[in-house]
Amino acid sequence: MPVISFREALNQAMCEEMERDDRVFLMGEEVAQYDGAYKVSQGMLKRFGARRVIDTPISEEGFAGIGIGAAMVGLRPIIEFMTFSFSIVAIDQIVNNAANVRYMSGGQFAVPIVFRGSSGMAGCLGATHSHRLEAWYSHIPGLTVILPGTPADAKGLLKSAIRSDDPVVFIEHEVLYHERGEVPEGEHLVPIGKADVKRRGSDVTLITYSRSLKTTLAAAEQLASEGIDAEVIDLLTVRPLDLDTLLQSVIKTHRAVIVEEDWPYCGIGAGISDRLTRKIFDELDAPILRVAAKDAPIPYNRALEASMLPSVPRIVAAVHDVLYR
Amino acid sequence: MVQVQTEAKPIVNRTQAIAWLRQMMLIRRFEERAEMLYQKGNKIGGFFHQYSGQEPVAVGSIGVLREDDYIITAYRDHGHALARGMTARAGMAELLGKVTGCSRGKGGSMHFFDAEKGFLGGHAIVGSHIPLAAGVGFAIRYRGEDRVCVCYFGDGAINQGSVHEALNMAALWKLPVIFILENNLYAMGTSLERSTAVLDLRLRGATAYGIPGYTINGNDIELMAQTTRDAASRARAGEGPTFIEAQTYRYKGHSISDPGKYRLREELESAIKNDPIIIYQNVLKERGWIDDEAIDAIREEVKVEIEEAIEFAEQSEEPPLSELYEDITVAPYVPQE
Repeated sequence: MPVISFREALNQAMCEEMERDDRVFLMGEEVAQYDGAYKVSQGMLKRFGARRVIDTPISEEGFAGIGIGAAMVGLRPIIEFMTFSFSIVAIDQIVNNAANVRYMSGGQFAVPIVFRGSSGMAGCLGATHSHRLEAWYSHIPGLTVILPGTPADAKGLLKSAIRSDDPVVFIEHEVLYHERGEVPEGEHLVPIGKADVKRRGSDVTLITYSRSLKTTLAAAEQLASEGIDAEVIDLLTVRPLDLDTLLQSVIKTHRAVIVEEDWPYCGIGAGISDRLTRKIFDELDAPILRVAAKDAPIPYNRALEASMLPSVPRIVAAVHDVLYR
Repeated sequence: MVQVQTEAKPIVNRTQAIAWLRQMMLIRRFEERAEMLYQKGNKIGGFFHQYSGQEPVAVGSIGVLREDDYIITAYRDHGHALARGMTARAGMAELLGKVTGCSRGKGGSMHFFDAEKGFLGGHAIVGSHIPLAAGVGFAIRYRGEDRVCVCYFGDGAINQGSVHEALNMAALWKLPVIFILENNLYAMGTSLERSTAVLDLRLRGATAYGIPGYTINGNDIELMAQTTRDAASRARAGEGPTFIEAQTYRYKGHSISDPGKYRLREELESAIKNDPIIIYQNVLKERGWIDDEAIDAIREEVKVEIEEAIEFAEQSEEPPLSELYEDITVAPYVPQE
């Protein structure tokens, strides 16, 4: 199987879907002539032309809305935010229009659109460019929220997202773009709404997604060296949540730690912990713990920023806590 | 202040003109009766924004569109929906929250939709639907069609950023969109003078983006129609968007809870004296196209149609509670509870 980068996997997904469906187009800042701010759309202008790969002015609210309008009358736009931090400028369009038009119209309109782009703490970007907004978007009925952590999942999920008839918020992570991995060629679809067990284990369930997957797998290796056998679940889709896969695992391990890069209060893990606790309180041998970003704006300073992130020592410490070690 | 109809010259035949008059009378009656149901019967809830006084803007512009064109508007949407041919039944049932309503009882007054008629809604965040209109125009151009999208918004929207982002891209990409700003002088209770640094809205909506712009008496229905027809021809020929400032006046408050104390009684009275429906009746009488007897007959017909719509709405079913989770997504919806 070919080994390619995360960004190449995304590029492949978009190109394959644009080849098979003329309704699909890519629009965003610097996606065409500049070949993508993060080179995710490299070569696409040359391949598909200016009709389908469209540079926009710096008007996130405007072009997000243009995508939604086009989707309402049958096109399948991919709207790239240079980073999801900038999607905050467009959040009225995403929440009020993309997520609600179908409901408000009594089902008369669908909004088959993908909002995608980078996100996260990527190193010295400071408070405004390091946002993790998955909890914000996951709050909204009508949206699907996807955060892949590997190149293969990135390709398979982006293809599924483009084929979805509903609005999808597809959040990539800037530090993952150069990550390489095996990616199936051609038709490779990963289902929306399904979590993936990335490591089998029996002592504790580690639940994570996106960039934190790598840290969590590293923590699992360290735990293995201590004789602790951790199961690692990659959520992939955070809304809707694949609750069944989580339940099966935690019923087996009786302990869970959620690892997430967003802020702790009202974060993704808060929602997951609530749902697991209500479903299987009696199965739990310890409270569900969460390793999230620290509750502060994102600092510029490298060491301060690193201290905010979920890290192997923080994950290992949380696992020790739920195992009472 | 909107003046009397000054430029009326026949641009349509008698049948069309009478159909437009009837539509304006239908919209007026629809809202008069709905207001009564709201005030007296407690049958309509939430926000309710009336279009009374502005009818020629919607009827004149929509009247010259093709069936396959698109229309999108803000929350003051009853008039545009009825002008596009939504039935009074579907509109009234929506106001009463019934499952037979144009949005199955999930939209309400501010969110009328009718996909079959190319009516893309009623949108209630000021300025938020202007990018959607540009997106519809984008799709038309993407497919190489010669349709147009007509987008209505109020004078208050001109101060929203989304409007200017959309106008810029519509001009840049020559999208087939007709932007109709209905200037009724008040953004809720804030007059244009108190909210807007440059009062010539054409300068801001058209000149600033190199878009052809017109400032017209929107209450002159045939001028409204002519200007829209010209704009549509340009759009269909690939020449891009047009901006029309249609000067008009709303008789009622911003919404039903607004007594309109921010404006002078004389201003309102003068507007009502120049009621565009009465004026158009007189224009058509002068042309010898209609007489008082025929107008009375239309009035009766419209009354019957609205009463029948109310009866239909009242007798319609409420949506079952299971409807709560319907039509959220196309894929099966799983509540995250």
